[in-house]
Amino acid sequence: MREITLSKAVNEAIAEEMRRDPTIILMGEDVAEAGTPFKVLSGLVEEFGPERILDTPISEPGFTGIAVGAAMTGMRPIVDLMFGDFLFLVMDQLCNQAAKTHYMSGGKLSVPMVLRTNMGATRRSAAQHSQSLHALVAHIPGLKVAMPSSAYEAKGLLKTAIRDNNPVVIFEDKLMYQDKAGVPEEEYLIPFGEAKVLREGRDITFVATSSMRQVAEKAAETLSAEGIEAEIIDPRTIVPLDEATILASVRKTGRAIVVDEGHQSFGVTAEIAARIAEKAFYYLDAPVGRMGAMDVPVPFSPALEDLTVPTPERLAERARATLRGEPVHAA
Amino acid sequence: MSLSETAAPARPENAATYLRLYRQMAKIRAFEDNANELYLSGKMPGLTHMYSGQEAVAVGICEALTKDDKITSTHRGHGHCVAKGAEFKEMFCELLGKAEGYCRGKGGSMHIADQDNGNLGANAIVGGSAGIATGAALAAKRLGTQGVSVCFFGDGALGQGLLYEVMNMAALWKLPVIYACENNLYGEYTKVEEMAAGALAARAKAFGIETHEVDGQDVLAVNRLAEDLVERARKGEGPFFVVLHTYRYHGHHVGDINRTYYRSKEEEADWKANRDPITNFGKWLVAEKIATPEELGQLGEDVAREAKAAVDYALAAPYPPADEVDMHVYVAA
Repeated sequence: MREITLSKAVNEAIAEEMRRDPTIILMGEDVAEAGTPFKVLSGLVEEFGPERILDTPISEPGFTGIAVGAAMTGMRPIVDLMFGDFLFLVMDQLCNQAAKTHYMSGGKLSVPMVLRTNMGATRRSAAQHSQSLHALVAHIPGLKVAMPSSAYEAKGLLKTAIRDNNPVVIFEDKLMYQDKAGVPEEEYLIPFGEAKVLREGRDITFVATSSMRQVAEKAAETLSAEGIEAEIIDPRTIVPLDEATILASVRKTGRAIVVDEGHQSFGVTAEIAARIAEKAFYYLDAPVGRMGAMDVPVPFSPALEDLTVPTPERLAERARATLRGEPVHAA
Repeated sequence: MSLSETAAPARPENAATYLRLYRQMAKIRAFEDNANELYLSGKMPGLTHMYSGQEAVAVGICEALTKDDKITSTHRGHGHCVAKGAEFKEMFCELLGKAEGYCRGKGGSMHIADQDNGNLGANAIVGGSAGIATGAALAAKRLGTQGVSVCFFGDGALGQGLLYEVMNMAALWKLPVIYACENNLYGEYTKVEEMAAGALAARAKAFGIETHEVDGQDVLAVNRLAEDLVERARKGEGPFFVVLHTYRYHGHHVGDINRTYYRSKEEEADWKANRDPITNFGKWLVAEKIATPEELGQLGEDVAREAKAAVDYALAAPYPPADEVDMHVYVAA
């Protein structure tokens, strides 16, 4: 199978869907000729023209709101939010308007739109360009939330998101744009709410979202050399969440650590750990572990920033401690 | 200034249109009188905001629209909903949280929407629908439907940044949207001049948007302007911004009773006695021999009876079943 970058996978997904459906438009800051700062969208305006690839002013709430209205009246807009941190700017339009419209109208109106944005620290971009805020939107009923962990997932999930009749927020890890993975030439979709077992193992389950997949895979390799076999589950979408696949894995291994790059408190690790504790408690041989980003604003200094996110080394150490039955001291 | 002093002579061939304008305004007033009573008598849950006094705005504009044209409305949205063609029965059911309401009882007074008539919904975030109306205009332009959208909002929404962001884009992209600013002189419990610096219309002019000001108590003036702007918006000459000078008779919400700290009883009495849009238009219809006082009286009685019947129906109608509570969170696959 050919290998392409995550960036190229996103670009292909959008281009294929736009060729298929003329009601799809894409809007955001510098999405046309500039192709975004990450160059993910390069070439789209040349193919689809400025009427469908709309460069907007720097007005995140404004163009998100326009997308909501267009979605309610026959279009399928894709909003490009340049940094995930800007979610705070669009919260009213996304959470009070888009998320609630179908429900508040008793099912008469719907908002088939996609908000593409990114996440991920260690790019030395400091506290306002490094956050992973997916838990915030996952908290709001009415939104779906996808978190691709490779180029393959990025393409399949984005195509599904574009065809979904609900507002979907999709988070791409900005450090993975140049990472390559096998992506078939032929068309495929990845259904929402279907986790993927990335690696099978008998001793401990790692539930890992987005780029934490790479952390989990490296940790699992290290552990395997020591005779510890970790199973890795990628939820792929956190809303809807494939609880069954996670629980089945934990029932088999009896141990679990949830790894996610959002802040650890009140986030995705807490939610998934709680569900495991509620629904697989009697299968557990150890408390469910959690590894999220530290509860600090993301610092600029590389020496500090690297301390704030889960790493393969820390995850492996945490897994060993779990298997030894040691109590957890660190947060 | 009353309507009879400003309006051109009536055209007999327009009699049906005039009577429809009158009837639509009377319907809104009757709806609000009943909604107010339902609330004050403890039969209506939640909170609600009365449109009484502003009827000429909603009716004058919506009568210039087709069913397929879109509007977005506000927390004070019953008038827009009626004017865009909604039925009393489904509206009262919605206000009472009943299953037969326009939104299955899930929206209520502040979120009432009527998709079939192009009403994309009331909105409980002040200025929150500015993006939606502008997006509907973008879709209309892109899909080539010739549709126009109207964004209704109050003077209070002029404090919201979203409005300026979307007006900027509407002007850049020449979208068929009309921003209808209903200046009823008060944002919640505060005078507009204490909250809005400079001239209201100057805000839109800064974006190069053609702006108009009109007496929002004069349904013919509003309708004439709206017909012209809607027609031009269809031809791609939009967007437009209109300030409609009007007045709300009730408090900010039902229950805002003691309000002399922000406006005087004399001021309220003056607007009701001298600038009521329905009374003045009725006088003009009689003066121009379009209708007799008896005919207008009969029309008012008919509308009141219709409203009362809808209220009775809604009061007796069932609530949604419990299994609807988690229905419509997501579009069914």
